[in-house]
Amino acid sequence: MKEFKIRTQDLTLFYGEKMALNSISMDIPEKEVTAFIGPSGCGKSTFLRTLNRMNDLIPNVSITGEVMIDGVNIFDKQIDVVNLRKKIGMVFQKSNPFAKSIFENVAYGPRINGINNRTELQDIVETSLKKAFIWEEVKDRLHDSALGLSGGQQQRMCIARTLAVEPEIILMDEPASALDPISTAKIEELIFELKRNYTIVIVTHNMQQAARVSDYTAFFYLGELIEHGKTRKIFTTPDKKQTEDYITGRFG
Amino acid sequence: MNQNTEKKKFVFTKESLKKKFRISEFLSEKIITSVAFLSIAIIILIFFFVFRETMPIFKSQTAVESQPATAMVQEQYGVDSSLILNDQGQEQYGVDSTVMVNANGQEQYGVTESGLQDTGEVSSTDNAAGSEHEVAVLKSLVGKDWLPVSDHPRYGLIPLFVGTLKITLLAILFAAPIAILAALFTAAFAPNWLREIIKPAIELLAGFPSVVIGFFALMVMASFFQGIFGYESRLNAFVGGIAMALAAIPIIYTITEDALTAIPASYKEASLALGATKWQTALFVTLPAATPGIFAAILLGIGRVFGETMIALMATGNAAMTSANPFESVRTLAATIGAEMAEVVFGDTHYSVLFLIGSLLFIFTFGLNALAEFYIKGKLVRRFQGKS
Repeated sequence: MKEFKIRTQDLTLFYGEKMALNSISMDIPEKEVTAFIGPSGCGKSTFLRTLNRMNDLIPNVSITGEVMIDGVNIFDKQIDVVNLRKKIGMVFQKSNPFAKSIFENVAYGPRINGINNRTELQDIVETSLKKAFIWEEVKDRLHDSALGLSGGQQQRMCIARTLAVEPEIILMDEPASALDPISTAKIEELIFELKRNYTIVIVTHNMQQAARVSDYTAFFYLGELIEHGKTRKIFTTPDKKQTEDYITGRFG
Repeated sequence: MNQNTEKKKFVFTKESLKKKFRISEFLSEKIITSVAFLSIAIIILIFFFVFRETMPIFKSQTAVESQPATAMVQEQYGVDSSLILNDQGQEQYGVDSTVMVNANGQEQYGVTESGLQDTGEVSSTDNAAGSEHEVAVLKSLVGKDWLPVSDHPRYGLIPLFVGTLKITLLAILFAAPIAILAALFTAAFAPNWLREIIKPAIELLAGFPSVVIGFFALMVMASFFQGIFGYESRLNAFVGGIAMALAAIPIIYTITEDALTAIPASYKEASLALGATKWQTALFVTLPAATPGIFAAILLGIGRVFGETMIALMATGNAAMTSANPFESVRTLAATIGAEMAEVVFGDTHYSVLFLIGSLLFIFTFGLNALAEFYIKGKLVRRFQGKS
């Protein structure tokens, strides 16, 4: 068994009065792909966003419990959330390139980290785009607007942008839900490549996708973690009836 | 009958699918269309009127024709001997002006007197004098003297333009950074409750009567800044510029704020998720993405300052001087119209020149807005059209 990169202990989250996560305890192994599945509103995205403290942006959120990343509690008052997010990249459901050129999009992260050397930036941009398998498609138009790319290309560029900051963990919130099958296949291939070097957590509504890309799967329902284990096991012989029902499409 | 057919089962026949004439729809459509065209027509008519009154400067005949009108006015003011003198001067300024072209100011007095003796001749050579007068007026338009009511009137627009540009530049230099930073604060940093207070408060300022701002500038700011900078003339471009900035800030603020809040939250999230601080996000992501809106805001602010009359009248000193010193009095185009239009002789050259100023203001504002419209449109297209 590999090391655990992220461990949560009794993580409970309230939006105002409404409980969104109920005492989640989960260990996420390093350099593996963990998929979160479950019906809409079950808390899987909320849980994902807790891992890099994006929920801080939402008012009236109260969180109890612990999230330990590499043994450090990220809710500790001493933790600088800006540095935390540099270690934990995030890819969103809807691709969200900035209204800048492709180059500037990818160079944004390194730039705000103080890298201003042109050649250094060019290197980072090139390697990031190569890692995201989009370099060949965009190398001739790096200085065109990123908004001119197709949806799938935009999403891969966003992944490249995330990689440019050299995170250790990449959180993906339904990264392929708005894409066509070919772009989805490319993203999945990319996830497969990335897990050599990164710990990946992916939220998905697509059962086949979870089965294809992930090593571990966690099933959430109504804010609770119902079942968590090896993907193969979850999809073939789940322990809980609810999990089986959901995966076979009997509800949700 | 209509209801009846609806209650029946709808059958696809040529009859039931026949075009219907919907009277209310027809009428409301026509009314809305005509209202739209009416508003356009009113704008065109205003421009036409202003432009028509400007024309005499460029047409010598009309300038001569305007003389009876001058005489008529003279009767009204007949009691005032100084005005009669003035009027005599005006009848002769065809003669004056020919001299003015090649003579300097000191010689003009003598010439005016000789003109007085020649009064008889002027009427016989009406046309020639008129066109010469025309040339002189046109030449004086690009001069540096704005002396419309002197014995020897000159209508140099340069100091008015310089004054207006100076004021506009000063006002925008004050207003734009303040308004944009304030907008950035409310859009990106302020907690919700504070935003709910600040935004309406600043927007209320937009409806603040400019005469009150002018009054404040005249009574309070002028002395206050004099105490700080120690300049000579109490009312000057600097004081006027700051007062105008007060008028422009709410406009720039509101539109910038709207542009900033219209930036999708996903941009902000993406930036924060990359480990950017709030400031970096606001400065390098939100602000650049809102560029077209901010550009429009600044242009509208410029338009507001450019046409602002009351503050200019009250706080700028109204001396038509051509200088780059911000602490000297200036006279703006709009203030010139505001100050002089009520006292000008109807149909006179001065009158036409004021309308020329009006036309120029109109053309400038129109051009500015057109520039904004097309530039922004182009920019928006470039930024967002590629999106699929």
